[in-house]
Amino acid sequence: MPDQRVTQPLPKAPTGIEGFDDLTFGGLPAGRPSLFCGSAGCGKTLFATTFLVNGATRYGEPGVFMSFEERAEDLAANVASLGFDLDGLVAQGKLAIDHVRVERSEIEETGEYDLEGLFIRLGFAVDSIGAKRVVLDTIETLFAGFTDPSLLRAELRRLFGWIKDRGLTAIITGERGEGQLTRQGLEEYVSDCVVLLDNRVDDQITTRRLRVVKYRGSAHGTNEFPFLIDHAGISVLPVTSAELDYAGPTGLIFTGIDGLDAMLGPGGFYRGSSILVSGTSGTGKTMLAASMVDAACRRGERCLIFAFEESGGQIARNAASIGLDLDAHSKSGLLRFEAARPSLYGLETHLARIHRDLDQFRPDLVMIDPISALRGPATELQAALLRIIDLIKTRGITAIFTTLRSDGSLITDHDLGVSSLMDAWVKLQNMEANGERTRTLYVIKARGMSHSNQIREFLMSSGGIRLIDAYIGTAGVLTGTARIVQEAREQAEAQRRQQENKRRLREVVRRRAALDRQLEELRASLEAAEDEEARLRADDEWRMAADEVERRELIARRRAAE
Amino acid sequence: MSRSVDRPDTADRYRFRLFVAGTAPRSLRAVESVRRICEAHFAGRYELEIVDIYQQPDLAARDGIVAAPILLKIAPQPERRVAGDLLDAERILRGLNIPSAAEAER
Repeated sequence: MPDQRVTQPLPKAPTGIEGFDDLTFGGLPAGRPSLFCGSAGCGKTLFATTFLVNGATRYGEPGVFMSFEERAEDLAANVASLGFDLDGLVAQGKLAIDHVRVERSEIEETGEYDLEGLFIRLGFAVDSIGAKRVVLDTIETLFAGFTDPSLLRAELRRLFGWIKDRGLTAIITGERGEGQLTRQGLEEYVSDCVVLLDNRVDDQITTRRLRVVKYRGSAHGTNEFPFLIDHAGISVLPVTSAELDYAGPTGLIFTGIDGLDAMLGPGGFYRGSSILVSGTSGTGKTMLAASMVDAACRRGERCLIFAFEESGGQIARNAASIGLDLDAHSKSGLLRFEAARPSLYGLETHLARIHRDLDQFRPDLVMIDPISALRGPATELQAALLRIIDLIKTRGITAIFTTLRSDGSLITDHDLGVSSLMDAWVKLQNMEANGERTRTLYVIKARGMSHSNQIREFLMSSGGIRLIDAYIGTAGVLTGTARIVQEAREQAEAQRRQQENKRRLREVVRRRAALDRQLEELRASLEAAEDEEARLRADDEWRMAADEVERRELIARRRAAE
Repeated sequence: MSRSVDRPDTADRYRFRLFVAGTAPRSLRAVESVRRICEAHFAGRYELEIVDIYQQPDLAARDGIVAAPILLKIAPQPERRVAGDLLDAERILRGLNIPSAAEAER
């Protein structure tokens, strides 16, 4: 591989096909022929037509379509559904279509001949509109029309040389052959760029794939890439990016469910994180996710829902029952549903569709409901999921994946495999006890934030989703009716205790009042006693004083008598 | 570059168009050979148009020419084509689905 930084980079002609120009780092080799091979119906002609139409409309490079199979009017009709107006382009002089009809029965051969007629016609068409691009579709048909293959080979070699000399960027299509890329081994002559298109059926599901077999003088993606053909034309998706260099987003995204936000340390999930909502059927996964979507839409963010089990209308209707008006968001253009049965396409095609829709719609929040619906061989499934997650993550989009838990209590391999890729995992569980089921919710993990490790009861009503703290106490964890019964019991107990307290309080008050009364009486007695004592003492003093006087009088009297 | 012989009998009249690529020896050989064959077999009741595809590429496109040289029998219908340097009169006549003079006399 030559070093691109030192040598002059190979000039390239962009095809304008989404993804293809990325994986070839710019497009097809400019001024050279490229070979597109594949079996019937794999999209060769469409690829080639798109190359020409984009050249004419976007890059100012007129093109010549030399068709060896379809007539010009058939060709125009076939691609009209993609919005290509071939007739219009022909009228504007941006496109020339020449149908080369070759049928063996019509031509007898005698002696030497060459394909100068083809050269002349191609040259004439190229000169008439100043074409820079050429498509030869499918030139191998010539081998059916002429008997001398060695002559044809020599002429084709000359033709490809001629294309190169004229500096035309060309696509040559070829049917897939046994043991080689094309039936007639065209790859020997067109050696600059060879692209293989494939239409593979696995488990009755078709996936279109594309591989750049060789690209002389240029780096290119070497893997097989899925591609799509639908009303939007061709899109090729280099979806194997395995890098982990996305920025760690820090903003918060609120779930719209107060109770759930409250369970998370920062008060919401991190923006750009992947959130797994797991639970068996009927646990409310879709509605939980729909609540988050609704909250996002109400904040004015764009949301994209990939639904694999229900139609968009059904999800919207069901969400309406818990008071979410998703229809209004659809109408305002903030919300888009992409519903498809998982079995409709192969994994790769689903992946490709998701890729394309993400780039077209540019959502802030994506909901995939449920990823467990995607079917395929275990190894492929794991890889595909990984790529879906990467795809979303690298774009900084917050994603909610729902998954059905096949097993009620144990973590199955599948979940384990996916959950390790997720940043947050909310587990919904039906608890069965006392003849009833109650929805419960745990936050199993939330990377980079503290979160509640406790169970919450999960209620859905016309007012939306509400989380209630489950009863956790001496009687264990109780939910539903059991919780209500236990709560009632506790309430009764509390009331009883309260009444008992009041009674005792009253008694104490009474007793205290009695004591107070006694105290009062005693105090009165004490006062009486004190009075008595004082009176007695006063009496005593008076008597003593009187006695003294009397004694003195006696003495005085005695002296007088002396 | 056409040459016609004055003969009103259109039912039995042949119209040929010969496409050649320039003045390469092969082209010249083909032109010479076709003229000779026409004179020998259809003297006085044919038209031969010789087209150089270099000069008139639009005609090549119109008639769907791929190989050169190539001889087209335009009338009578059905149209037939013979490609090559057109040296073998028998094969050309057979290719054009025209009974040769020898067969016609029989």
